[in-house]
Amino acid sequence: MQLHHQKHHQTYVTSLNQAEEKFLEAKEKNDLKTMIALTSQLRFNGGGHINHSILWQNYSPKGGEPEGDLLKAIEANFGSFDTLKNGLSSSAVSLQGSGWTWLGYNKSTNSLAIATCSNQDPLEPTTGLVPLLGIDVWEHAYYLQYKNVRADYVKNVFKIINWKDVATRLATARQ
Amino acid sequence: MFRTLSQRVWPSRTVLVREKHTLPDLPYDYNALEPVISAEIMQLHHQKHHQTYVTSLNQAEEKFLEAKEKNDLKTMIALTSQLRFNGGGHINHSILWQNFSPKGGEPEGDLLKAIEANFGSFDTLKNGLSSSAVSLQGSGWTWLGYNKSTNSLAVATCANQDPLEPTTGLVPLLGIDVWEHAYYLQYKNVRADYVKNVFKIINWKDVATRLATARQ
Repeated sequence: MQLHHQKHHQTYVTSLNQAEEKFLEAKEKNDLKTMIALTSQLRFNGGGHINHSILWQNYSPKGGEPEGDLLKAIEANFGSFDTLKNGLSSSAVSLQGSGWTWLGYNKSTNSLAIATCSNQDPLEPTTGLVPLLGIDVWEHAYYLQYKNVRADYVKNVFKIINWKDVATRLATARQ
Repeated sequence: MFRTLSQRVWPSRTVLVREKHTLPDLPYDYNALEPVISAEIMQLHHQKHHQTYVTSLNQAEEKFLEAKEKNDLKTMIALTSQLRFNGGGHINHSILWQNFSPKGGEPEGDLLKAIEANFGSFDTLKNGLSSSAVSLQGSGWTWLGYNKSTNSLAVATCANQDPLEPTTGLVPLLGIDVWEHAYYLQYKNVRADYVKNVFKIINWKDVATRLATARQ
């Protein structure tokens, strides 16, 4: 947790600030080539900042289970909470390389969906889905403890999900 | 090292028999690359990660051939992602183990000449490989590759386990694996230190042999 927060997330924040500063300097000079060259840094570090800011809120020491409107939406879209968990798990375990598996909300259809993004691509700018719950499967998220056994990490991570936060995100997205 | 389809002719028809890929042995002990790469990393990297690519590749090939026998094109296409990922992982890591040597060293002879011709100096090459490896977003590899058409060397990156030659046409000479599993247990988030240190254990003779072979 400490490395993930103080090193990885902090680096995304620092690098994002640097990229934004350079972007604005390039804009002032109308240097379009440099502005375009910076978009990769903006996306990667901006996405990293967005994603990890959600992640910390998605966790809670208490854990729990989905309730109320969130549970209704889960049952309507997936049949049951267990089916959702299985869907999220198999997606997370089979993701090739670095990336995230998300439970997302589709505003146009008022439905929930499981989606993946590679690297730090942020869910909403990339797919239009509103992020509700993210599973980070970059190796730095679990390797020191779980080594290559990503499946154990994914299985255990369901014990510390803050479903109230997930529910709040859904309620906000539906406003 | 690589097994391919072989044909065995039975009295009435030809049968395609798939021989399985196997995990190659390391040419040195797990602890031989210390202190640059820990024995723990080498063992996990070889026995778990590379082994999984081999096992999964064999499974994907078997399913692909089954689908082909049924002319199930949709399934064949669905399997290409597994073939690419695990096939690439097997190719890449098989090169990687040979690219390392406990002794390390420096490039010489024709390899050094080619490096100087293409990059100016060995130092410039190292800087180019390093900055590429450190700035690679996500999981992937930085490669020193050989362009057969132009008889030149190039630094290139591939994402995930995309293998260099099928992806870019460049012949792989030297690979730097920047998947976090390659260094995290020892270097944590400081990829730059890992990349800097890895130059101490490069088997430049192997790199030179790959160049000579590619030039034949």
